This record gives sequence, structure tokens and C-alpha cells, in this order.
Amino acid sequence: MASTLSTSDATRLAPAPRSLGDRGKKRPGPYPYWFYLVPTLIYVVFFMVPTFASFYFSFTRWDLFTSTWIGLDNYRTFFAEQALIIGLRNTLIYAVITSGLKVVLGMALALLLTSQIIARGYLRSVVFFPVLVSTIGVGLTFTVLMDPEKGLINNALAVVGIDGPGWLTNPNLALFSIALVDVWKGVGLATVIYIAGLVSIPQEYYEAAEVDGAGRWQVFRNIMLPLARPATATVITLSLIGGLRSFDLIWAMTKGGPGFASDVIASVIYKQYQAGFYGLSTAGSVVLFLVVTVIVVPLTWWLNRGEEVT
Amino acid sequence: MRFKKMGRRGVALMALAAASSLFAAGCSAGSLGSSSEGSAGATTITFLTGANDNDVASAKAVIDAFQAANPNITIKNDTRPGGSEGDNLVKTRLATGDMAEVFVYNNGSLLQAIKPEQNLTPLDDQPWVSELDPLFAASSKGSDGKIYGGPYGTAFGGGVLYNIPVYKKLNLQIPKTWDEFMKNNETVKKAGITPVEQSYGETWTSQLFVLGDYHNVEAQVPDFAQKYTAGQAKYATTPAALTGWEHIQQVHEAGYFNKDFASAKLNDGIKAVATGTAAHYPQLGAVGSNIENVAPGKSNDVGFFALPGPDAATNGMTVWPGTAAMYIPKSVEGDKLDAAKKFIAFAATKQGCDAVAQGSPPQGPFLSKACQLPTEVSQIAKDTQAYFESGKASPALEFKSPIKGPNLEQICIQVGTAQVDAKKGAELYDQDVKKQAQQLGLPGWE
Repeated sequence: MASTLSTSDATRLAPAPRSLGDRGKKRPGPYPYWFYLVPTLIYVVFFMVPTFASFYFSFTRWDLFTSTWIGLDNYRTFFAEQALIIGLRNTLIYAVITSGLKVVLGMALALLLTSQIIARGYLRSVVFFPVLVSTIGVGLTFTVLMDPEKGLINNALAVVGIDGPGWLTNPNLALFSIALVDVWKGVGLATVIYIAGLVSIPQEYYEAAEVDGAGRWQVFRNIMLPLARPATATVITLSLIGGLRSFDLIWAMTKGGPGFASDVIASVIYKQYQAGFYGLSTAGSVVLFLVVTVIVVPLTWWLNRGEEVT
Repeated sequence: MRFKKMGRRGVALMALAAASSLFAAGCSAGSLGSSSEGSAGATTITFLTGANDNDVASAKAVIDAFQAANPNITIKNDTRPGGSEGDNLVKTRLATGDMAEVFVYNNGSLLQAIKPEQNLTPLDDQPWVSELDPLFAASSKGSDGKIYGGPYGTAFGGGVLYNIPVYKKLNLQIPKTWDEFMKNNETVKKAGITPVEQSYGETWTSQLFVLGDYHNVEAQVPDFAQKYTAGQAKYATTPAALTGWEHIQQVHEAGYFNKDFASAKLNDGIKAVATGTAAHYPQLGAVGSNIENVAPGKSNDVGFFALPGPDAATNGMTVWPGTAAMYIPKSVEGDKLDAAKKFIAFAATKQGCDAVAQGSPPQGPFLSKACQLPTEVSQIAKDTQAYFESGKASPALEFKSPIKGPNLEQICIQVGTAQVDAKKGAELYDQDVKKQAQQLGLPGWE
């Protein structure tokens, strides 16, 4: 078998640094540094330049051709806007609801799907399916289902004598309806992460708990929950970032309406852009960037620190 | 070992495949850009229009008539969404130099927002300019005074579509004041019919109470447009202008809206007023051309009157002297430019107008003196024409001022769903207007 390998294969397959033994001397990596050149170039051109350009343009009145420096005016306008206040509040509500429900439901489903039940593999894939469907498709489908007069949901409710609400047309309800759809679509991913987390808990803990006479709830509370903490941290971080940046589902379902009732920061920014207020919408993007950073960075730090302690 | 090796080779193969497909993609993208397709001497241009059934039918009819007369020019029809989504698409495609050779878009203030001086080809030298309706010509100019838009379709009014059989059955008169209108609504409601249809499922349809009231505003404050443009007159602080907002609130509070007003779409609204499940539908007269599609045989059951104001004597119709004009982006050159100009000129002739009318029934007078309405027109067109002929028609604010706030439709919906009251709605819209004015760089708004 070894004879079929060329020498270059052999050296590459061998764990190079250890077998050749580095005796305190710094050995250059297997790849020359100029390999970094292309990725760096791509990164600078497509990520760094636009990012810094957008910081600049957020201080200007910009029509894509000419820009006038207006200092902090865009930020002043943006923060004076009613849509932004609603948007900011809605963004936080949406992010907290979706990530909270994903944690709870994801954990519950994972418990169910790691237990000995019939058709487990099938059920696992059913739970995961919505994750694979296009968000816009999900949004449009649920818009039809949630139609107050002709939608399947309210028609079904009418059969049992309930007068269903205007899921997407009632200003007080629209955002929550969208959040529920988001959970429906995203809970599969949370479940998979939790399943991985639960399966990796060593069997010995359960056996020890059984010997000590722990009940089901105690096993869950004192073994599964703390040991699945890394999974919880991942689910919270991912769904919170997703929730804060959410846009596509909201746009597909209500476009921020009725009025501005289900607007989030991202949809407010998009509307500014649609209206041709390019400077203003860029300022909004900077604000969104800061909000996400301010919330997510300390949160991940806190969650990961907790992980090291346990 | 062997597995690993094969795995690596597999990866290499896949990478090669990926790279070559990228290469292929690069090639085809490049060849899309070149214009050497088609036979020699033939020119192909694209005509971008709205996506409603009538828009497409009109576009097809004009294209067919034009191609019959000009066999060496081929025109493809492409469609785009309406409302703010359409505005965004037009702006972006213009900014990226990717616009169709001829496109249909609003004139008036929305034309100013796409910067015609920078982005469009001036059409002053065209033969049809001298025949234009003066209102249309005035609202198709850039800030440099040059004409950028060619006439397409007809002028139309913004007012209230009403169901004639319902009016006959309940023995109602056309209201000329707001009080009479509300009294009619009461009678209609008692008869078990929806008094006022709204269709917030399609957001732009919400604006008529405010936009269509402009004739009444101007009757009371003749210089509103100038002061508004200069940043001196506001909706919230000008009582005559605030009225439109108050009307939305009143109708909503009186419970006169249809049950599904929050989710209904334009076609639901047209159907309701055409079949008599609703008595009134504040709307643009132009939508009447779709009646035959959604409620066959009901075209003559729908009439049209101006939004009633405070005074019967000054009541009149707010009109749109053709929201649709045809434009050529500046990036078009050579043969394509000639073809585009030829196409616009054709649409301005009687033959072109007739083709448009054949595609979608006209709901108001044509924009060029070269064209006349057919003898058989819809009731909406007759009613609109009557306002024009008696001089009781004035153009909407968006044709007298370059500023139209982009969020008007959402703010109207906020008032119509009782999230804010009329006064607050007007204030919010004033802020929206301010942003647009600043973006346009108008004096007096800093």
C-alpha cells in the first residue's frame, strides 16, 4: 500500500512538526506566507473597504453619485424617527422571543427525540425540514395561512367556534405572529444542536444518578441541563444574532406593517434605502452593527466564561 | 490509506469542476453584456412597464403595433413591481446603469426623485412635444426645464369609485360635501352594505383620502404647494390639509370600513365596489380598467366622484395628468437610442394611443392632442371627463411640488388602523417630507 504513495504524499500525510522534531527552533509553516496574499486581497476589497466606506457615507447625504458631508445629521434624523423607536423595541422583543422559544422548544424536542420512541429518525428529519425551506417561501405560505378571512388557520378555528384574530393585520399581534413562524422555521436547528449536546453526555452520570435514586426531573435539572450548557450557549448566541438581524421573514410577511407595527431595525434601514436615502440608511446599518455588537459580544463572553467555570 | 488518497483526489476533482464552472459562468456573463445578438441590422430593446394585467396588455398592444410598422426593431416587454418596491428597483437600476432602454415611471415629484437631469435622456427635440397636454408637459420636466417623459396612457382622477346600482336602490345623491358623504355612508351601512372599501393589503391604495383631497386643500389655501415646497406650510398645522387625515380617522371610527380592510388587496376592493358589496372605494380612476378582469360585465356599474370637501361650491377632482410617462436612461446610445426614441414617438401618435386603449380601457383624457378617446368609454372615464370639462379639476400635489414623502402609505395605514390619530399622522408625514426635501437638497429645509 505504501508503495502506491508518492514521496510528497508521504511527507504531507506524516504529522510533520512532531516526527521531524523541532528542537526549540522556529520552523516555517508548510505553506509560504504569500498564500495569504489572495485571501487578504479579497478580504480587503470586499469586506474592509465597503465597511470603512459605509462608515464614511453614514456621515453624508448621498445619492450614489455625489455625497455631501453633513456630520452627525443622519444619526440625529435616524434617532428622531418614530419608526426607529418602534423598530428598536420590536427588534429586541423579536430577538428575545425567538431565541427564548427556540431554547425551550429545542430542548424539549431534543429530549423527546433522544428518548426511545417510534420512528425517531423520521421525526428528527421532520423537525429539521423547515430549516431547509427558503425563508421567503415560508413567509409567503404563512401569509396565506394567516389571512384573517380566507386563511386556513382562521377557517380551522372557525370550525371549533373560535373567531380567529387578524394574525398579521392586527398591529398588536403582527410581530408575535411572525416570531412564531420564525420559531417554527428555526427550532429544528436548535433541536439538532441540543441532540448533539445531550448525546455527548457520558452514560456514567445517568447510571450514578440512578444508583443515588434521582428522579426524572432531578436527572434533567442536575445532569442534562448543566452538561448541555455549551449547546444552550450556541443556541442562544445563534438565535439572538439571527433575531437581531432578522429581515427576510418580516419583509415577506408584512413588510413591517400594518403601518410600522412590525418594523425592526433592518426593515427600517431597508425602507430608507428604498426611499433613496442612502446616507441615512447607511447610518442605520452602522447603528445596527453597534447594537448587535453591544448585545452579542458581552453575552458570548458571559456564556463562555460560565462554561469554563462548570 | 487508499481511502484517504481517493478522497483527496475526489476533492481535487471537485475543485477543478467548481473552478471550471466558475470560468464558464464568467464567460456567459460576459457574453450577455455584448449586443451582437440577433441578425444584422436588427435592433432589440427592452420596454419596462408595471406588472398589472392592464399594464402588460397595453404594453403588448403598443409593441405589436410598433413592430408591425418597424419590422427591423424588436421590443421585449419586461415588468416591475409598483409602489415603493418599484421606486427602489428603478432607482437602483438607473444608478447601476442597468436600466431598460425604455421604461414607464411616474412623472411629477417621483420623477424628481430619480434625478432626470443626471439619469435620463432629454426629449425636447421630439416631434410630439408640441402636441402635449400642458399639465402633462409641465410635470414631465426636470429642474432644468427640459422634457424627459413621453406620453403614455391617459390622465385620470383620484376620487371615490361608487357602485351605481347601490346608489339607485338606496336613492342616494352624489355627495359634494364631506357631511353629505358621511350621511350616505350611514344609509348604506343601515342597508347592510359596506360603506367604504379599503385595501391595506396593498399599501399604496391607502393614500387616496390624503392625495385625492388636494383639490379641496387648494380651494382653501391657493398657495399651499409653494409654501409646502419652501418648508413653510405643514400638513399638521394647515387645517385644510389636515382634513384628509381626519377623514381617514372619522371613517374608521364610524366603523364604515369593510371587515377585511387590513388584508384586502386592490383587486378585492375593485371587485367589492363593482359587485355592490361595497358602496364606495376611494381610489385612482385608472384602476377602473381592471373591472372587466375581476368582475366581468360590471364596468358600467361603477361611477366616479371627487373626494367631497367642506364646500359644495368649490368641490372638484384632484387629477393625475398621466402618472405614467416613458423615459430613456442616459446610458442608451446609438441604434438603441434611435429605436427607443422612435418607439416613444409612436406611442404618442393616434395609432399608439389606440393600441394602449385597446390593451386597457382608458379612464380619462389622453395626454397628447394627437389622440382622442373612443366614442364608447367607461362610466369612470365619462365622469372624470366631466370634471375636466367644467374646469373643476386640478393636479395632485405631487405634480406641483417636487416633494412627496416616501412613507405616506404606511402613515395613512397607521391612522386607518387607529395606531395614531389624524394629527399625529400628519406630523409624522411632515417629518417624512422633511427627509425627502433634504435628500433633494431643496433650500429652506436645513
